[in-house]
Amino acid sequence: MPETETEHPDHNAMRTGWGRALIFVYGVFVVAATGRSVVQIATDFGKAPLAYVLSALAAVLYIVATVCLLRGGRTAWRVASVSVVVEAVGVIGIGALSYAVTSLFPDKTIWSHFGQGYGYVPLVLPFFGIAWLRHTRAAV
Amino acid sequence: MNTVVSGVILAMCAITVVIALVHLVRDRPAEDGMYILLGILELVLLIQLVWGAIAFATTGRDVSGVLFFAYLVGVCVAAPIGAFWSLAERSRGGTAVLLVAVVTIAALQARLWSIWHGAHA
Repeated sequence: MPETETEHPDHNAMRTGWGRALIFVYGVFVVAATGRSVVQIATDFGKAPLAYVLSALAAVLYIVATVCLLRGGRTAWRVASVSVVVEAVGVIGIGALSYAVTSLFPDKTIWSHFGQGYGYVPLVLPFFGIAWLRHTRAAV
Repeated sequence: MNTVVSGVILAMCAITVVIALVHLVRDRPAEDGMYILLGILELVLLIQLVWGAIAFATTGRDVSGVLFFAYLVGVCVAAPIGAFWSLAERSRGGTAVLLVAVVTIAALQARLWSIWHGAHA
């Protein structure tokens, strides 16, 4: 991994090596979350408004993380850090809520039951994100 | 969905996953053979796309059209994007991209199967 100290920020640092695989996973979830929330909101918003709004929020967070990892640089690193932390809090919070207060979620979001419908990838993804951002911190 | 086609796709995914994992563990970049395997997989997926469209048009059963076609087409785009994205990274990271792409294909295929057999949402 390029961890050398440079005068100028390394815009490639976040999108090379393992970062490339991480971006691909985030990209998959951009499509999954966006597709899901668009279908949910467009077809029957009244059925589970809270769940559908949260689906859309998840989609936005995935888009922000993907774009920031692709762009690189200090600002993108900071924005990505905030978004993956919100993502981690979101998936744990919504995951717990979906078990505790089932009446709030008549339909599922991508984060329901800790991302069970997506092989629990939504649960581990933000932590891979945080680990990768820590790893690239010195380079950006 | 055709059981044989689905089985072939999932089996090819499994083989590619194993190969990619071995490469990952041995810290090798992705080899040409893996891209060829992915190409053959894509060919099978495209056959399924045509077959699926015909099957949807002729079936009398209640299958959610939007969902079915979203997954039917979606499962075809993962391999080309994954291959393109991994080619620029000739290291373990590129192998990991292929691995993720194939796992994604397997997941989409499984979902496609259940949508065809009547699952909604």
